[in-house]
Amino acid sequence: MSSVLEVRNLSVALPAGGDRRRAVENVSFGVERGEIVCLVGESGSGKSVIAQAMMGLLPQALPVAGGSILLEGEDVVKARPERLRELRATRMSMVFQEPMTALNPVMTCGRQIDEVLVQHTRLTAAERRAKILDIVHEVALPDPERIIASYPHQLSGGQRQRIVIAMALVLEPALLIADEPTTALDVTTQAQILRLIQELQARHGTGVLFITHDFGVVAEIAHRVAVLRLGEMVELGSKAEVLTRPQHFYTRMLIGAVPKIEPHGRPIDTSKPVVLATRGLSKVYSDRGWFARRREVRAASDVTLEIRRGQTLGIVGESGSGKSTVARCIVRLIDPTSGEIRLGGDEIAGKSRAALRPLRRKVQIVFQDPYRSLNPRRRVRDAIMEGPLNYGVPRAEARERAERLMELVRMDPGALGRYPHQFSGGQRQRICIARALAMEPELLIADEAVSALDVSVQAQVLALLEEIRERLDLAMLFITHDLRVAAQVCDYVAVMSQGQVVEQGPAAEVFSAPRHEYTRALFSAAPGRNFAFAKA
Amino acid sequence: MDADALSVEAADVRHHESTWRRLRRNWSVRLGGAVLAVLVVVALAAPWLGTVDPTLFDAGSRDLVPGRMGEITTLEGDTIPHRFIMGSDSFGRDIYSRVIYGARVSLSVGLLAALLALAFGVLAGLSAGYLRWVDGVLMRFMDGLMAIPAILIAIALVAMWRGSLPTVIVAIAIPEIPRVTRLVRSLVLSIREEPYVEAAVSLGTPTWKIMFKHILPNTMAPLIVQGTYIAASAILLEAILSFLGVGLPPDIPTWGNIMAEGRVQFNEYPHNVFFPGLFLAVTVLAVNILGDGLRDTLDPKMAKRV
Repeated sequence: MSSVLEVRNLSVALPAGGDRRRAVENVSFGVERGEIVCLVGESGSGKSVIAQAMMGLLPQALPVAGGSILLEGEDVVKARPERLRELRATRMSMVFQEPMTALNPVMTCGRQIDEVLVQHTRLTAAERRAKILDIVHEVALPDPERIIASYPHQLSGGQRQRIVIAMALVLEPALLIADEPTTALDVTTQAQILRLIQELQARHGTGVLFITHDFGVVAEIAHRVAVLRLGEMVELGSKAEVLTRPQHFYTRMLIGAVPKIEPHGRPIDTSKPVVLATRGLSKVYSDRGWFARRREVRAASDVTLEIRRGQTLGIVGESGSGKSTVARCIVRLIDPTSGEIRLGGDEIAGKSRAALRPLRRKVQIVFQDPYRSLNPRRRVRDAIMEGPLNYGVPRAEARERAERLMELVRMDPGALGRYPHQFSGGQRQRICIARALAMEPELLIADEAVSALDVSVQAQVLALLEEIRERLDLAMLFITHDLRVAAQVCDYVAVMSQGQVVEQGPAAEVFSAPRHEYTRALFSAAPGRNFAFAKA
Repeated sequence: MDADALSVEAADVRHHESTWRRLRRNWSVRLGGAVLAVLVVVALAAPWLGTVDPTLFDAGSRDLVPGRMGEITTLEGDTIPHRFIMGSDSFGRDIYSRVIYGARVSLSVGLLAALLALAFGVLAGLSAGYLRWVDGVLMRFMDGLMAIPAILIAIALVAMWRGSLPTVIVAIAIPEIPRVTRLVRSLVLSIREEPYVEAAVSLGTPTWKIMFKHILPNTMAPLIVQGTYIAASAILLEAILSFLGVGLPPDIPTWGNIMAEGRVQFNEYPHNVFFPGLFLAVTVLAVNILGDGLRDTLDPKMAKRV
């Protein structure tokens, strides 16, 4: 086998004043023809910087500080911009994370692929068209004629990513760089795209550098794995070696942090009082145009749930399934269209904002994005004290409560005077949890609360939530798209699809014997489900 | 190995460069700020900068070219010798003193009109953006106001109220209010969807507190930038009004009415128009450069480019 890509001692500098001197330090690895190499690491590990360095797309602030990148023997670090332009798409090409932004919204998909051909070949219009239809057919898009005449917004996320892949592969490059190509996609779509990349790569003998943070994906697709940590390569080996017998402690820690897909199997106490019960909860969005026909979108319909004290109910579903809508109705950030929400003894679905106020305390929510959940202009202390102060808790007591809560979420109470930007994502999520707990709620809703976090941080925040639930005997509503996370924390699981709960029951039952077809599809799409990872 | 020690969580608190430090490093902020600082000092120290009372005149010192010696008559009737650095006008008044004192008018009009427009625009924009039921009515009113040229509104208002410093400031501020309202409203519409605002709602925070404590502080950066542009156009508008004779009364020297008086003799004595015009241009330029610098450092979208 011959090397498609050979990275030798690559270093990329960081601007002065960063948290480290180099974005990438002395990294060496290779990609053979017909091989998929996964570059794995958490955020800030430098994995995307390496991809940008190969494509010559590094920002000016991050110059290559040393080493070489040999693409079929030619050093692209030394290549002039014109030469790089020739190489892109013909010898190496790239697939990005977000297909919507990688495609030009005002050009049809066909023309965007055509642009590549016009740039790099001397084919006639008819030949180009034949080639485009060919490649669109090859990425398994139905009805290629219609697809190439469509604009990106007319296609689904998975179809868009197929177009991006078609664009990348139309000239049969020797190297395909895929930078988190499935991270923005739903799990079932992700499974299809992964299979597609594997098929195409095998058929054309393309070398693939696949960048990901997800060990499940690695288990699905990799031949060899390179693990990056803070810009340095800590481990490089075959998939089996790295995933089952990791040598470096960091790899062991990362793999150990990947949640297992089996339910935790904690006994469920059904005698506890019911904290939250919804019956027939629905939310319908409708356009109230004067002239246009009324358009209705049923974001959630007929959702019936029940959570008892000390228990966790997980709502699992893909994007657009209505799981967040349900959460936002329960917190009454939006008003449900119909149905009941009973909180303890109170019916809150129909209550006015004013009548709701005394009851708000009982339900608190933690959101997905730790960077937007805290007001950047307010100190952590003010954020945590805000709720109690709203309900008339004296200032001194609220302050004392804030300090206690910081300790509960394992943070230094001395950090209360700081602003949110001084904390990492995981720390901010802890602060958000403390803010929610300051209200002494009976129900805590976690709306994808760990989805934006790196896997090691995710494991810590999950452990924290678990500990808090147990210690305070809280009821928890846990909303997630990630089956592994759901398996770790949930006592009960409700699977949602297109606004409806399609299956619901004790986690152990749902996970071991899914009844609904959709649940089964979801489970079989979970990446790396059949792979026995090394134990931490 | 202890997992906690390895994680990103264990990483120390991040250090960000403070906004103030970034501002001071920006060349546009330095330049615009320095020129404006000089102008403010000059305006405040006007009596000690070799000026005379700007309303004094002397029939013997009419139409002097810059740098000439002449005489000026005080209110008590004494005649004192005086060097006319920027020449004199057709009444024998000292252009230099008038321009320096005129800076007081221009700078206070710029500052106060901007503050006034921002204050009302912020109130209107916050209400329109956050309280959906006022949005329709309020914004249609603002659209109506925006449809009339600013200078026409200002002229009409000053004509209605008689020209004085407060009325001119109000008349200049009013046409700017719709623009601020629109800006604030659009910012509020995006900020109100932020999870931290939703979190505040679920913490039971009253609406007024959400508007003023959560949303308003996050609109400040673009507002400050907008404020400088309003100040620049207010200074210009005041000069235009005074030039047209519908601004401040002629006994208050402003760059606009100095130029208006010099206009008829522009061919023979261009200095009457040149010096106030120069000050006006430099001031407006400085305010705009400062605004550009503030935008580059404060506006997150612009600041993202490395």
